[in-house]
Amino acid sequence: MNLKDNINPKISLIIGISFAVFIDLVLSKLMASWSYSWLPVQASKAAPYVDNLFAFETGIGTFIFLGCSGVIGWVLLFNRAPKYDESYGEPFEGNVKLEIVWTLVPLFLVIAIAIYSTKVNTTLQNLGEKTKYDSQKELPTYLDNNEASAGTFIDVISRQWSWEFKYPEGFSSSELHLPINEKVYFRLISKDVIHGFYIPAFRLKQDIIPGSIISYSLTPTRKGIYRLRDSMFSGAYFSQNQTNVIVESKDAYQEWINKTVKKVPVDGLNQAGFLYKKRLEKGDKGWATISPSPSPQVNDPGNPDSAHEG
Amino acid sequence: MTITNYDERIIKVNQPVPGAPNNWRRFFGFNTDAKVIGIQYIVTALIFLLLGGLLGMLIRGELITPPSDLFDPTVYNGLYTMHGTVMLFLFLFPILSGLTNLLVPPMIGAPDMAFPKLNALAFWLVPVFSIVLLTSFFVPGGPASSGWWSYPPVSIQNPLGHFLNGQMLWIVAIGLSGVSSIMGAINFVTTIITMRAPGMGFFKMPIFIWTVLAAQILQLLGLPALTGGAIMLFFDLNFGTSFFNPETGGDPVLFQHFFWFYSHPAVYVMVLPVFGIFSELFPTYSRKPLFGYKFVAVASFGITILSLVVWVHHMFYTGTPMWMRNLFMFTTMLIAVPTGVKVFAWIATLWGGNLRLNTPMLFCLGGLFNFIFGGITGVMLATVPIDIHVGNTYFVVAHFHYIIFNTIAFGIFAGIYHWFPKFTGRMFYEGLGKVHFTLTFIGATLNWLPLHWAGLLGMPRRVASYDPEFAIWNVIASIGAFMLGVASIPFILNMVSSWSRGKKSPPNPWDAIGLEWLLPSPPPHENFEDDIPTVLNEPYNYGLNKPFVVDEEFYISKALNDS
Repeated sequence: MNLKDNINPKISLIIGISFAVFIDLVLSKLMASWSYSWLPVQASKAAPYVDNLFAFETGIGTFIFLGCSGVIGWVLLFNRAPKYDESYGEPFEGNVKLEIVWTLVPLFLVIAIAIYSTKVNTTLQNLGEKTKYDSQKELPTYLDNNEASAGTFIDVISRQWSWEFKYPEGFSSSELHLPINEKVYFRLISKDVIHGFYIPAFRLKQDIIPGSIISYSLTPTRKGIYRLRDSMFSGAYFSQNQTNVIVESKDAYQEWINKTVKKVPVDGLNQAGFLYKKRLEKGDKGWATISPSPSPQVNDPGNPDSAHEG
Repeated sequence: MTITNYDERIIKVNQPVPGAPNNWRRFFGFNTDAKVIGIQYIVTALIFLLLGGLLGMLIRGELITPPSDLFDPTVYNGLYTMHGTVMLFLFLFPILSGLTNLLVPPMIGAPDMAFPKLNALAFWLVPVFSIVLLTSFFVPGGPASSGWWSYPPVSIQNPLGHFLNGQMLWIVAIGLSGVSSIMGAINFVTTIITMRAPGMGFFKMPIFIWTVLAAQILQLLGLPALTGGAIMLFFDLNFGTSFFNPETGGDPVLFQHFFWFYSHPAVYVMVLPVFGIFSELFPTYSRKPLFGYKFVAVASFGITILSLVVWVHHMFYTGTPMWMRNLFMFTTMLIAVPTGVKVFAWIATLWGGNLRLNTPMLFCLGGLFNFIFGGITGVMLATVPIDIHVGNTYFVVAHFHYIIFNTIAFGIFAGIYHWFPKFTGRMFYEGLGKVHFTLTFIGATLNWLPLHWAGLLGMPRRVASYDPEFAIWNVIASIGAFMLGVASIPFILNMVSSWSRGKKSPPNPWDAIGLEWLLPSPPPHENFEDDIPTVLNEPYNYGLNKPFVVDEEFYISKALNDS
């Protein structure tokens, strides 16, 4: 009599399953920690919240995915019918207890995820009011509310296909300069179609709806140069509609303001206009597009070629 | 054996169409036989799969390098718009209508669909709107190029100002496609409700029938919203009305509500029948009953109901208020519950089975594996803070291709192989089938798995050019896409050669349980004709020794004699 025969098959099943669950848990934990490296650098207050939530879901997702595909893999290895064997498998039709378990467990899981993300939403609160606005008219000035005295206010104006950032000091820029660790308030405005205000390093995105002014706020937390991309398809030169966000120390930011406010306005960054001109020179081949809006007049056209992280 | 529970006049009038040819020509005319219509749909759709795939490969050709160097960006935008439109409206919806047409009447023991002429009309609208859509490649200014969402104001900008423009033809084609789908939905729902074989109560219907019913009810509830939205868009584009035009006081976000109220459920319209195919095939090839038949059946309607209240998850960053985002996040995540019930039931069905890994089963297993992955990224996307980062990036593109190709198209291939012998009377070549599966699985994984990372890093979808840091993911994806193109060769070879010179198929080559397998291959014109079987038990009683119908032996020997 060898040792194998003495072990109760039920006990060995429990040991086997516990071992598999343990391995699955370890791998899921590893995957969750690894998931941080799949994302750009964290450059805003929102980023760590989003990344933690993503890691949490990556962990749960990995556990479920490996659990399910582990069973499928097991079956593929050990339950394959030999050639010409058409005999039946074990004919069990179901198990109500098991059904209830796998209805309730996912239910609790999604409730947990939903509560967690609702909390994150409440913490972040990036989106402010949305008010109707006639884009043909001048922008209304900020009302004298208490907020107006504290913090930085920038108007983001999006067009087909360029960005313009208007600073309260009365100048414009093609690149978005922001002071570090300070809450910045935006008014997002589109002059034509829907655009998306998306900064991957900030983990933030907001559609800009023509006919509305959307208030938005965020706090950058890391110095560096990041990409701002149009994320909502906006027509022919959509993919050219990107610029840089420069997060700098408060002093450097102030210095930039003092320097830029004295500059003479020039044509702003307008990659689409450049490409469209080239297209016209080559005989206007391709399918129809509306012509890009003229370059905004800005005091600092920026440098689109400076290296960006994320 | 002549008891039927529906009015026989429904199907005895003009059936078949007098003088309809009984050779290959029947596939090219106005034929009212659901089996002919089914094959018409499937073949038409497969041709459009090739076209949509070609457009996809052109897109991947452009994206293999960061700059926009293969096409002008305007051309790229038209190509990706048409790729999405062709794949959804000319491939997926028609091919699923085709499978539904082929399978519903034999599976429920009906001689044909409830409204055969309406059925034929619904099919013949497909070539009509396809031609309308493809004509737009040749009108001045090119085809629609605002994405398959056609969000205004981009979609109503009409650069050349002509009345006849690509976007206008696109809207007309989508409207006609909606009309065709509504005709089909009325037919499928009526047929399933009124024309089932005696004894086939709702809880004795095959799961495929359950899922078709759940999906087609969704069509009837959702399509009017899309069609209404499309008509308003048409007026804004061509007659200067201001439903959605902000310059004249319209609201562009309103269109997004109309669009997604249908277009999100549309995904479930497509995936539900595929769940049905999985539920038919896993028991057959595991030689086991379906685990928890009743739960799987009812879960289909759980999905239908929930899918009507999730559409705002496409609008988490359009200025939607916080309470609404939280609400729709929760409803969206809840879909994981009925879907999970199905997934776990399929896995439990495999457990302890006696698995036969032929081509249809391989596509099913591949589809299930991919679906679990796509479902998990789906829950991630439903999470508001994550969606705000990855929404409108390649993460979404990768996710929905995991659902729409790696799950739905896999399920469709599984279904085509599984029922191929039944409806053509010929066996397919297993070897070519396995080559097709292997190339498809590897190609699809290479194509869409890496793109998740491009999206996480912030690569927006729909771009014609991108920053060089995304290049590596795009190179792998393009290689996968070209591999998928190659995968179509063994498939076409297999289908054409098997149908013309394959081995004759017996009535029930897979030893499967279901009314369709009690018929000769291919089934006669009116399926069971006057001998409609009486259903006794739930389907999928593999190994349980419970006959599915009264006097099963009679039907088995009759089918053998008639083959």
